[in-house]
Amino acid sequence: MASAVQISSERSKILLKNYQDATSAKRRQSLLFLSVIVLVVIISCIIAEVRPALFWKNAGNFTDYFGRLMFLDNGQSVLSDPAEWFWGLKKWSIRLFETLLMAYVGTLLGAFGAFLLCFAASKNITRSFWVVAMTRRFLEFSRTVPEIVFALIFVVAFGLGPVAGVLAILIHTMGALGKLFAEVVENIDMKPVEGVSASGGGWLARVRFGALPQIWSNFVSYGLLRFEINVRGAAVMGFVGAGGIGQTLLESIRKFYYSDVSAIILMIIISVMLIDAITERVRHRLIGEESR
Amino acid sequence: MNKTRQRFGNIDTVREKYAGALSVDWVSRSRTIGLVLAAFALLVFGLIHLEFSPARMIDGVGQLGLIAYLMLPPNPETWAKVMSYAISMGETLAIAILGTLLAVVIAFPLSFLAARNVITNRILQLLSRRFFDSIRGVDTLIWALIWINVVGLGPFAGVLAIMTSDIGAFGKLFSEAAEAADRRPVEGIKSTGGSHIQSVRFGLIPQILPVIASQVLYYIESNTRSATIIGIVGAGGIGMHLSEQIRMLEWQQTSFIILMILVTVAIIDFVSTRIRFSIIGPTAR
Repeated sequence: MASAVQISSERSKILLKNYQDATSAKRRQSLLFLSVIVLVVIISCIIAEVRPALFWKNAGNFTDYFGRLMFLDNGQSVLSDPAEWFWGLKKWSIRLFETLLMAYVGTLLGAFGAFLLCFAASKNITRSFWVVAMTRRFLEFSRTVPEIVFALIFVVAFGLGPVAGVLAILIHTMGALGKLFAEVVENIDMKPVEGVSASGGGWLARVRFGALPQIWSNFVSYGLLRFEINVRGAAVMGFVGAGGIGQTLLESIRKFYYSDVSAIILMIIISVMLIDAITERVRHRLIGEESR
Repeated sequence: MNKTRQRFGNIDTVREKYAGALSVDWVSRSRTIGLVLAAFALLVFGLIHLEFSPARMIDGVGQLGLIAYLMLPPNPETWAKVMSYAISMGETLAIAILGTLLAVVIAFPLSFLAARNVITNRILQLLSRRFFDSIRGVDTLIWALIWINVVGLGPFAGVLAIMTSDIGAFGKLFSEAAEAADRRPVEGIKSTGGSHIQSVRFGLIPQILPVIASQVLYYIESNTRSATIIGIVGAGGIGMHLSEQIRMLEWQQTSFIILMILVTVAIIDFVSTRIRFSIIGPTAR
C-alpha cells in the first residue's frame, strides 16, 4: 500500500518519537491500574477460597445442573409435556399472587411513610436543623440495612409468614423513597407556594395547591419504580420464612426437584417482566402528562 | 377579603369570566377518586389476605421493642468472635470484588451483541437483550441457592451468584453506554480506512471505558451490600454469622454484626465515590 503523502524519514522519526512519548505515560498508568486490579483479585481469590483446580474438575456440573433443570423426572424434555412441567401451576400462582400482594402492600405503606417523612427531611420546608438531620439519619439506617435482615428479625418478632416480609419491604421502601422524595421536595419551584400564600392560603393550601402539583407525578413515578424492585425482593422473602413464592422455590431447590425449579423461576421472570412493562407505560404516561 | 371583592367586583362575574379555571372537571376528578379507592381497596384486601391483625401487630411491636432493648449495647463478647466476624467481612468484600470483576469480563464482550451500533443483526440483538433481562429478573439470592447446588456451600457459590446477576445488569448498562457514545470518532477511523473492528477498538471503546469503570466501582459498592446477605442461604460471607446469631436470639451479637456491616458499607461507599470522582470528574455522579 503506497502512502499518498510522502513523509521524509527524518520527520517520521520525530513524529514517531512524539507519539511514543505521548502514549507511554498513559500506557504506564494503565499498567499500574491493571496490576493493582490483579493484586486485588489474587488476594480476593485466596480469601474467597477459589480453587481453580477443583473448579475445572467440577466444571461439568454446571452444564449438567442447568441441563437437568430442563428435564422432567421421567427423563423427557420439559417442552415435551408443559402440563407436567407446570403441574403445580395453581399452587404456585397462589403463592406468586401472595408475593405480588406483599410487594404492593409494602410499597404502598412504605411510600406513605416516606411521604410523611420527606417534608421533615427537606431543608426548604423544615427549618429545624436537628429535625432534618435526625430524619435523614433514620431514613439512611432504614435503607442501608438489607431488607432480608429486617425480615429475619421481624420473623422472630411477628412470627413466620408474610407479615414479616411486608414489614421488611415497608421499612426499606420508606428509607429509599424518603430520600428520593425529599430530594424532589427540595428542588421544587417556591414561586407557586409563595403565590398561594400571597393570595391568603394557609399551610394546607400551600402544600395542596403550591407544592403537591409539582411533586405528585414524580412521587408516583418513583413509587412505581420501587414496586418493580420490591417484586424481586418479595420473591426471596420466603427464604427466611417471610412468605411468598420464595418458600416454595427454596424447597424445590433444596430437594432437587429440577423441573419445578425452572418452572417457578420462569414464572417469576415472566411476572417481573410483565410488571416492568406495565409500570414503565404508566410512568411514561405520567411524564407525558406533566410536560403537557 | 373586602379588598379583593372591590378589585374584582362581584364574585359571580369572576366565576363567569374564568369559568374554565374555576369549574370542576368532574370526569377527571371521579376517575382520580376511583383510582385512589381501588388502590385503597386492594391495600385493605392485601392486609386481610396476608393475615395482618391488630392483635398480632401490637404483640409484634412489643416483641420488637424488647428485641431492640436487648440489642443494646452491641457486644461481641470475645475478641475471638470479633476476629471471626472480621474474617467473614473480608470474605464478603472478596466475594463482591471477584463477582463484579468476573461479571465485567463476561458481560463486556456480550454487551456488544446487544448494542445497536456495533452489531447490526436485529435478531441477535433482541435475543441478547431478552437474555440479560431474564437474568436480571432473578434475584441474587436465588442465583446463590442454585450455585450452591452446583459448587457446594461456601463463598465460591456467592462469587458466582454475584457474577450471574451482574452479567444481566452490566450487559444492559454497557450496551446502553455503547449506544450513547459519540459517532464521530468511529466515523473518523472508518474514513481513514479502518475496519469495523478497528473502529470499535479505537473509536468506541476509549469512549465507554471511563463510563464502565465508574459503573463497575458503583456495582462493587452495591454488591458489598448484596454480599452481606447471601451468607443467609449459605453462600459465604458475614450473612452466615448474622442469620446464625439471629436464630440463636443472640441480640447483642446481632447488633454488633449489623453495626459492622453499616460501617464497612459506609467506608466502601466513601472510597469508591472518591475513586469514581477522580475517574469521571465530579459532574457525572
